[in-house]
Amino acid sequence: MVNVTINGVPVAVPEGTTILDAAASAGIEIPNLCYLKDLNEISACRVCCVEIEGEGKLVPSCNNVVVEGMVIHTNSPRVREARRTNVELILSQHDNMCATCVRSGTCQLQKVANDLGVLRIPYPSDLAHGKKAVWTTTFPLYRDVNKCIKCMRCVQVCDKMQSLSVWDVSGSGSRTTIDVSGNRFIKEADCSLCGQCITHCPTGALRERDDTAKAFSALADPGKVTIVQIAPAVRTAWGETFGMDSGAATVGQLVTALRQMGADYVYDTTFSADLTIMEEGTELLHRLQAGDLASLPMFTSCCPGWVRFLKSQYPDLTGRLSTAKSPQQMFGAVAKTWLAKRLGLEPKDIFSISIMPCVAKKAECELPGMQSLPDAGNDVDLVLTTREFARMARAEHIDVPHLEESPFDSPLGDGTGAGVIFGATGGVMEAALRSAYFLATGENPPADAFRAVRSDGNIHGWREASFDLAGTTLHCAVTSGLSNARRLIKAIRRGEVKYEFVEIMACPGGCAGGGGQPVDGSDREKAETRGEVLYDLDRHASLRYSHENPAVQALYREDLGEPCSEKAEHLLHCDHFAWQMPQNR
Amino acid sequence: MSRLSIETPGRAQKVVESLYRDVEHRISASPPGLCPVDMALSFLRLCHAQTCGKCVPCRIGLGQLTHLLEAVLDSTATPETIDLIEKTARVIQDTADCAIGYEAARMVLQGVQGFRDDYISHVTHGRCLFGLNQPVPCVALCPAGVDIPGYIALARAGRYNDAVRLIRKDNPFPTVCGYVCEHPCEARCRRRMVDDAVNICGIKRFVCDHATDWTAPSCAAPTGKTIGVIGGGPCGLSAAYFLSLMGHKVVVFDQRPQLGGMLRYGIPDYRLPPEKLDADIDFILSTGIEVHTGVAIGKDIPFADFENRFDAVYIAIGAHNDKKIGIDGEDSDGVYSAVQLLRDIGEGHRPDFRGKRVCVIGGGNVAMDAARTSIRLGAQSVACAYRRRIEDMTALIEEIADAQGEGCEILSLQAPDHIEADENGRVTAMWTRPQIIGDYGPDGRPRPRDAASPLRRIPCDIVIVAIGQSIDSQPFEQLTPVVRGKIQAESDAFVPNTPHVFAGGDAVTGPATVIRAVAAGKVAAANIDTHLGFHHMIESDVDIPAPHLTNSPACGRVELRNRPVDECLDNFELVKCGMTEEEAHQETSRCLRCDHFGYGIFKGGRSSKW
Repeated sequence: MVNVTINGVPVAVPEGTTILDAAASAGIEIPNLCYLKDLNEISACRVCCVEIEGEGKLVPSCNNVVVEGMVIHTNSPRVREARRTNVELILSQHDNMCATCVRSGTCQLQKVANDLGVLRIPYPSDLAHGKKAVWTTTFPLYRDVNKCIKCMRCVQVCDKMQSLSVWDVSGSGSRTTIDVSGNRFIKEADCSLCGQCITHCPTGALRERDDTAKAFSALADPGKVTIVQIAPAVRTAWGETFGMDSGAATVGQLVTALRQMGADYVYDTTFSADLTIMEEGTELLHRLQAGDLASLPMFTSCCPGWVRFLKSQYPDLTGRLSTAKSPQQMFGAVAKTWLAKRLGLEPKDIFSISIMPCVAKKAECELPGMQSLPDAGNDVDLVLTTREFARMARAEHIDVPHLEESPFDSPLGDGTGAGVIFGATGGVMEAALRSAYFLATGENPPADAFRAVRSDGNIHGWREASFDLAGTTLHCAVTSGLSNARRLIKAIRRGEVKYEFVEIMACPGGCAGGGGQPVDGSDREKAETRGEVLYDLDRHASLRYSHENPAVQALYREDLGEPCSEKAEHLLHCDHFAWQMPQNR
Repeated sequence: MSRLSIETPGRAQKVVESLYRDVEHRISASPPGLCPVDMALSFLRLCHAQTCGKCVPCRIGLGQLTHLLEAVLDSTATPETIDLIEKTARVIQDTADCAIGYEAARMVLQGVQGFRDDYISHVTHGRCLFGLNQPVPCVALCPAGVDIPGYIALARAGRYNDAVRLIRKDNPFPTVCGYVCEHPCEARCRRRMVDDAVNICGIKRFVCDHATDWTAPSCAAPTGKTIGVIGGGPCGLSAAYFLSLMGHKVVVFDQRPQLGGMLRYGIPDYRLPPEKLDADIDFILSTGIEVHTGVAIGKDIPFADFENRFDAVYIAIGAHNDKKIGIDGEDSDGVYSAVQLLRDIGEGHRPDFRGKRVCVIGGGNVAMDAARTSIRLGAQSVACAYRRRIEDMTALIEEIADAQGEGCEILSLQAPDHIEADENGRVTAMWTRPQIIGDYGPDGRPRPRDAASPLRRIPCDIVIVAIGQSIDSQPFEQLTPVVRGKIQAESDAFVPNTPHVFAGGDAVTGPATVIRAVAAGKVAAANIDTHLGFHHMIESDVDIPAPHLTNSPACGRVELRNRPVDECLDNFELVKCGMTEEEAHQETSRCLRCDHFGYGIFKGGRSSKW
């Protein structure tokens, strides 16, 4: 243990503890902006500087460790002056129009400045103009250069967590800023659209393209029938925006909110998650039987961020993806065909909206091949992130904590626990195994038989498990986060590991930690907690096997025949070769 | 009222003078990768502050140029702005009255022409084409990418064994480099902004001299692949070392009786004691490398046969042939090539120069080695004739100073004309053609030309030609591409149109430095490993001490001292003394730890494996 004195309080902490953590252990908070544990410990903002007796300069507390006998002051006059001045300097290059910012209330710069009581900035405003401030309005990822405080978090997240290095420092000297790496434009970059840079941004510099106005106008259009689907992971997080714990605001309340906003039909993407299992699970068995998985595995395809990653980084492995569409797209295809028929609607009158924990879904719905009918537009017309939906609910002044619950509409409101856990890393694998086991043996396994693939809390590497499937051993691997995905693919390529079935989610922890989920400015990673909410829902679900979903069964009975039938292939599968990532074009 | 008075600088002027010195230091410590337009603008501002204000082009023109460059950097300019900058600078250069104006305009003009791409990129895309790659200046400039802040921190902590282990991750010749590296790492040391560069090379020598643990890391599991390395110099042995660690069987062939290449047969013992060289070589060989000395590939064994025997071949034959000077009398008795002379001495044959007057031709490090060696062989006098000025010599400043200190006279601006011999063909004098230094060549160096003075006779008994080395590439010409004597290899060391032949070091680049040879060996090892289908990583598990929080205040740089000259002249014992522990501790504390402070903590500060 190392003994130090912080603000007169004796503190003993283990060797190697940073000054910041040592202070926190004594209940002393040191404000900071750029610091992000394990990812960005670079002391760039200099807001966390403290005074140490005997040292010449102020010392950043986030990346320097305590030394025996240190006497530290976190609130001395010198520290106070430096902290305030550095915040004022940051504010001089920040667009301080908080009233029009999506992060107002969750912005860490706003909080630090408010906490310090900064009432005026003594420096002239120095914002970017002209070409330097331009960003595309059509790409799903939006960046406001004048909100960026150059904390470098996005650079580190994309480098270390996602291994794509889309962001980099650009320019030099006083004009140094953050921009797309390699002097590229974002549209030409191999961005996976995972959105992790958004959820790790301390300010409103990064956000999704805002599609709320389009959603409002569709909901208000009497000529349109709005059909809304809600992804599994959304129910774990949407209430956070209203100060509620993860999972405290239920999906039933969400349905009520949507009805209040004017949605005509509200359905559950869990339905199409179950449908995905039927198709993907059957495909897995077919490929296994055909000997197609002897050397390389089949990869899950429901995460569009992962699909974008694979297609840009390992285009030669594109054929290893399951051809099953993602649950969002399966829902969209079924909604404008089978459902339209059942409800007696004209497909072209349907405006299909999805609420997703994801930014990449905004690009997925526009891909070639995601249009089941020639004259009814995209199967999914509009994708809203959980954040955008929460903003809409705020705009409507809906009293979320006190909302009554209401049920989904029928029939696509039916979902099983297996579909619900799609929102957590390992969930797709577990759900697929439950049904693959049934398809292979004709009987259900115990519902928790495959829990070995669930998250073990370790965010590095991958999890693996082997299961007996009617006499065949299936070797599976699961991971989330694209750095982990890259490591796994490299190991597979080098022959160090061999699997038949691999699940990958671009966002650490899966969709629960998705790039479209709410941000509260606390820097706490919530994927794990939200994932537990999903497993809890699964545990208490009356149906826990995708193949038992009555709506899924009805769809096959009435229309598609059986999984992977010709009709199912046409409607529910896609051609991953039909489009290219920018650098492969 | 006195008619004249003695001017003394005022306080402000004194402060400004010291700021000038600081700016000089700062510029010399400029990190690589800065935006050239931004730097041009900053220089322009300095120039404009120097204007006296009398003339229009300088007073107004330089100011308008700064506005235009600002617009380029702010991306508010148009392509026409670049043309306007060019035209304005051209007119200022043409019409400014004094150098303050026309030289400033020339710098802008040179920039707008030299990095026009970057100007255009700023204007059209709002982007700069440049950026930081390796933010730690010393590591960026070390060809082998040695973790310099890391081993200096270890040295400061007294962990000399760990320091050497860390160096060996990238460079298996730490001792050799501690003695003879040209230390490009020191050129842009950020400490220069405070006072002066850290004596990195001296610290390296100190840790090597004080390390006690010389056990090599264990090798990876045997791969079953065998690699033939031709040449046992720093390049070949570096590749051999890393390949051996990667689990490959390595067989090194060298035509000389002992390993070391130019380190043994080119660098005199008084700079690099043979036991120091042997220590590094023994360490490298302890990883299980097979050695065949006295075998010349291409002569004793045809290269085609040799190449067939291995899964991969690395050609690292160096540049050991001498270059002829091509003047009359070159064949006279008493004319030596420096390469041959140093090689003979490396092999234990020391000629007797007692009572002889020696004239060395050349201005590089080899010329200095030849001169100082001649003194140790008993020469009565040693002169060194060089066709440019002393400041233009390519030898390191300290090597020139040491040679002069030992009594070598540098005869600058003397181009060799012919060698005079007596009737027995013995050298009697060196004739030189005096030069005058002239205008600048395209390489940015002033060129000498013949002066209007008569030839000069330098009476001497021995002439040593030290004007460069060439590569004995002829035996490889049939199977590998050779252009102007150099073996052609790609930047990954692969020789095009061969199945598995790689090449590097002096044999590819022409004569260079030890550390560049080591770097070439490192690059080759990585790419040969990949070529053979493996992905072995070379890494170090040494943990680096946390930096001290506050840097030491401005402090002079510790320089290594020489033994007294009179003790050095009749023997080949080491001349330079290493740092004392006290000096080493002080010097290590001067390191600013750019791996932790500044950009290094963010990106690229440390690569723990390759």
